[in-house]
Amino acid sequence: MRRLTWFNATSLTLGFAFLYLPMLILIIYSFNESKLVTVWAGFSTKWYGELLRDEAFIDAALVTLRVAVVSSTIATVLGTMAALVLVRAGRFPGRTLFSGMIYAPLVMPEVITGLSLLLLFIGIGLDRGILTIILAHTTFSMAFVAVVVSSRLMTFDRSLEEAALDLGCSPFDAFRLVTLPIIAPAVISGWLLAFTLSLDDLVIASFTAGPSATTLPIKIWSSIRLGVSPEINALSTIMIAIVAVGVITASLVTKRASLRQQAEERAAAQQA
Amino acid sequence: MGQTVFEPWNDPDAKPLIQFKGVTKRFGDFTAIDNQTFDIYEREFFALLGPSGCGKTTMMRMLAGFEAPTEGTILLGGQDIAPIPPNKRAVNMMFQSYALFPHLSVWDNIAFGLKRDRMSKDAIAARVEEMLKLTRLTQFARRKPHQISGGQRQRVALARSLAKAPKLLLLDEPLGALDAKLRQATQFELMDIQEKTGTTFVIVTHDQEEAMTVASRVAVMDNGRIVQADTPARIYENPTTTYVADFIGDVTIVTGRATRSGEGYEVRYAEGAAPIYSAFDIDLAEGDTCHIALRPEKVAISAERPEGRRNAVQGKIIDIAYLGNLSTYHVEIAGGRMVKAQTANTRRLSRRDFTWEDTVWLSWTDTAAVLLRE
Ligand SMILES: Nc1ncnc2c1ncn2[C@@H]1O[C@H](COP(=O)(O)OP(=O)(O)OP(=O)(O)O)[C@@H](O)[C@H]1O
Ligand SMILES: [Mg+2]
Repeated sequence: MRRLTWFNATSLTLGFAFLYLPMLILIIYSFNESKLVTVWAGFSTKWYGELLRDEAFIDAALVTLRVAVVSSTIATVLGTMAALVLVRAGRFPGRTLFSGMIYAPLVMPEVITGLSLLLLFIGIGLDRGILTIILAHTTFSMAFVAVVVSSRLMTFDRSLEEAALDLGCSPFDAFRLVTLPIIAPAVISGWLLAFTLSLDDLVIASFTAGPSATTLPIKIWSSIRLGVSPEINALSTIMIAIVAVGVITASLVTKRASLRQQAEERAAAQQA
Repeated sequence: MGQTVFEPWNDPDAKPLIQFKGVTKRFGDFTAIDNQTFDIYEREFFALLGPSGCGKTTMMRMLAGFEAPTEGTILLGGQDIAPIPPNKRAVNMMFQSYALFPHLSVWDNIAFGLKRDRMSKDAIAARVEEMLKLTRLTQFARRKPHQISGGQRQRVALARSLAKAPKLLLLDEPLGALDAKLRQATQFELMDIQEKTGTTFVIVTHDQEEAMTVASRVAVMDNGRIVQADTPARIYENPTTTYVADFIGDVTIVTGRATRSGEGYEVRYAEGAAPIYSAFDIDLAEGDTCHIALRPEKVAISAERPEGRRNAVQGKIIDIAYLGNLSTYHVEIAGGRMVKAQTANTRRLSRRDFTWEDTVWLSWTDTAAVLLRE
């Protein structure tokens, strides 16, 4: 192993400081005794307690969680189906257009996605609330799921499905018993990605949320305009923790799956 | 031995199990199978032999239902199989790439097809154990496919396709990764299974000896066509084209012009050299160009000109290939042609009769040489 040179060590420290110092400060100040955000007055967890007693926050948190779970689940089902069609259905007219369009939400500015959804909901007379947020989040996160799952499907060996059919499976059973278990890690990390995206989202949610349902990011954003409170720091710390756990789990799942896949490919290469 | 010969293809009343009728398969504008019509009979062991890319796997995949013929029909038991999906066909296939399920253990891979048949748990377990024992995999039952060797994986694939005891079993190079001993044992097992269950086998192999050992008929393929389909003995002794003669076993091919002489033909292949005589049954016109195919083991080698043989030529030993039980001599005859002669090594090497640069006589009987049309 090469030792870390002085220069490399400095770049590394600076880079990571740049990335994580703001969050670190936020986390530290969430344990601040004082009500004034900028003055340190000793360690305390009292703002976490305050937070738990604040019903508006708790409500927003529950809405956020519900939206995240439901929308990421629907997005995973739809995204996986879209990926199957994209990778499997050979050439059909408009295929290139279709595959381009499924990726469009990835690069589309959120403001535009949010605005167009808002117009749609108003147009069809759907009252804004938790349902509209779920629909909106499903729309943009299924594109991410489709990308993750289709990249796994590209390397999936079709002859495994043929073998399942050959042994008497119906096409649906072949998918359920062979394809799905094998691509499961990609599907799971797609779900986690969609879940985290939904948890984070402010822009699209603010277009599609209504008075009956507010998500946590919207709540934080609006209360910050009245001045930063230590409660918000505590809340943000909790959200950072949740997102971090999500991201780490997703990457662990992917890593393990890719290690196993490598082992299988090595094994397959030997037989050739 | 009082046994009737198994030759349903010569019996006009026999009903074929599989019938290919004018089957063509194209991928884009590439023709993988070219207008093929042939039959495979029940209880046959039909071997497909041919160079890489000639269409063997494609043939299998059409039978299993993964590819549809571009033209023509395939009948199974008299019924057009085009509308029947792969999972409804009484056909199992062993894939060339094995296609083992990576997330399932060896045991579960073998049990996979049985579970689809809603067999009882005990019956499944018994059948899987039987298959494991047959393929000598019992001790690896709990391992995943990536935790076993290439040859073991091949045996899992074989066991999985055998487990359901289908009417028709398609084996795409089932034994390629096995060592000689295990391969031979498995070949006999396959023949045994066939005796017991009456399964019809279609088997792809690159190993001629294997095809010769197990097959009731061998089909030699070239570029999407079956060039000749016949018993191993006839394929070897009576090839119909130089391609088949050359593909199966070792052969010397000499080209010349035929003239009628008694029962057979005399073939002149070089200025000034005595013609080769063959009593092979074929219809050639006077002066036709034809090929002589001569198996090395039918060519005798001697120091003196042998008595009473019409076919005898003199030549010089250029090369000797020592194969253990046999030796093949490459002998140069008139006009620089090479003829191969093979002898059994019944004596120790040190007492070998001939060596490099020796001048020897090659001779063969009147019926040894096969005549092939241009
Ligand atoms: N899906 C496909 N698309 C296009 N060409 C194909 C396809 N499948 C097979 N071919 C072509 O058809 C020809 C026959 O292929 P096939 O797999 O039947 O060969 P094979 O006789 O089994 O060869 P090998 O002994 O190497 O397994 C090959 O030239 C191959 O490139
Ligand atoms: Mg093949």
